Amino acid sequence: MKHARNPAADMTIWAAAIAVLGFLLLPLVIVLLYAFDASSVQVWPIRALSLRWFAATWADEEVRSALLVSLEVAGLATLLATVLGTLAALGMNGLSTRSMQAGSFLLTLPIALPGVLTGIAMNSFFSLLDIPFNFITLVIAHTTFCMVIIFNNVMARLRRLPPSLREAAQDMGATPWHGFITITLPLLAGSVMSGMLLAFALSFDEVIVSTFTAGSETTLPLWIFGAIRLGQHMPEVNVVVFAVIAITILPIIAGQKLAASASREH
Amino acid sequence: MTQGRKLLGHIALLVPPFGWLGVFYLGSLSVLLLSAFWQVDAMSGEIVRDWTLDNFRILFSDTTYSIIARRTTGIALLVTVTDIILAWPLAWVIARKVGPRLKLTLLVLVALPLWSSMLARIYAWRLILGHDGVLNWGLRLVGLPDQNVAFTNIALWIVFSYLWLPFMLMPMVAALERIPASLLDAAGDQGATPWQVFRTVVFPLAIPGMAAGSVFTFAVTQGDYVAPMLVGGAGSEFIGNVVYSNVGVSGNVPFAAAFSLVLLGMVAAYMLLARRFGAFDAQ
Repeated sequence: MKHARNPAADMTIWAAAIAVLGFLLLPLVIVLLYAFDASSVQVWPIRALSLRWFAATWADEEVRSALLVSLEVAGLATLLATVLGTLAALGMNGLSTRSMQAGSFLLTLPIALPGVLTGIAMNSFFSLLDIPFNFITLVIAHTTFCMVIIFNNVMARLRRLPPSLREAAQDMGATPWHGFITITLPLLAGSVMSGMLLAFALSFDEVIVSTFTAGSETTLPLWIFGAIRLGQHMPEVNVVVFAVIAITILPIIAGQKLAASASREH
Repeated sequence: MTQGRKLLGHIALLVPPFGWLGVFYLGSLSVLLLSAFWQVDAMSGEIVRDWTLDNFRILFSDTTYSIIARRTTGIALLVTVTDIILAWPLAWVIARKVGPRLKLTLLVLVALPLWSSMLARIYAWRLILGHDGVLNWGLRLVGLPDQNVAFTNIALWIVFSYLWLPFMLMPMVAALERIPASLLDAAGDQGATPWQVFRTVVFPLAIPGMAAGSVFTFAVTQGDYVAPMLVGGAGSEFIGNVVYSNVGVSGNVPFAAAFSLVLLGMVAAYMLLARRFGAFDAQ
């Protein structure tokens, strides 16, 4: 409403909007603050600030091995998902709208359906085949729901890519393969990279599908889940949660920056 | 390149990703579908692969499970309505009241919680709602009695509404942005009060956005089991919790599979309903 006919109503809307924004952001601020709480029991207001729980958490073998498992799973799943998602995007580029829709529907399904469904489905599948739950099943599960992230990113880029570029390369005598390596691939690099960062963050934070496919492996989110549930190691949970927020937010911000600069190229 | 070779090229590229999805995902879903009709031998705990409808018979006759299904759906609906109400003022401000710079900042701030760890965000509310948490500190400050909502369905309702609010905000901002300013001006010039403009122009045009957001808020709430375990209480069990507790050595995976198919049915039904309101049209 262009003309502010009703300043009182306007004020109310603004106040409500700011309150909702506070509802969204304050809990994050609070949870981040607790990482610096010197106390071992959580009481508000925080009485003394300290970094001592950072040191204690870093010294905890369980936390470190969970962190390592998470980094390995997320790293490996991201690599596999990158190859598979990029292939899917390249293969589907230029197909009919119908097959495109069917393909992207299938790719989206693993993250669109509730995690509990994907989790128990994969659990039943591996159990039926007598495949033991371990690191490998975890990577397979994570790869499956990370593929669509890469696919979406690469597909969006391919749609904006003029076909004339590759045709020009072929007119100048480049083989299709050569044209792909020298023209298409470098142009896709930015969107692949930003997709990889998003996929890594998604995998690094995943807890629901992981519970069903991890066996005795403990990822960092699974460690946090267990600790909160049992009410143990709470000061360490504060620190780990701080670190997890940092590790997931930073790649995503970097990914957004990359995507933004990639889209500016054209 | 001939047509045949081109087609071969497409197929060669598509075999690895869709082979993967076909084996690991569609394969998993098929096993899930099948195992819902299997049983666990009461003595040995082994899965018996004989066709039976017993799991569904128990699900539909034992009131324990219908109560859980009703609670799951009820809270998911309540969360959806809460998020629609909460999203309106902020979505309106982001879509129509601020310049492009502030708009981008606000969009990033809205998406920020979504990008940070879900567990961390649930955990934050344990710190807020706990006996010596932020909320009671605030209440004492203004002379009000302590609240005791930690580990109740009220806590669950607050936490779910908090968790999925960005999912509602994003499509609503998109829907509100698309309303042409001239339409609002025209309505105003015709003498419509702001309330009439809202009711007859803005609200109907925002319905696809609300429907799109509700697909997320409803489906994600329905499928969760983490928040009920971490902030819920004794009477907060969701369908997901039954599924979760039946997986593992002492569990009954076929029964869990059957209950998760009921969940799938409800989520699919909701998506079809939301589609009728234009949830999937705009994107």
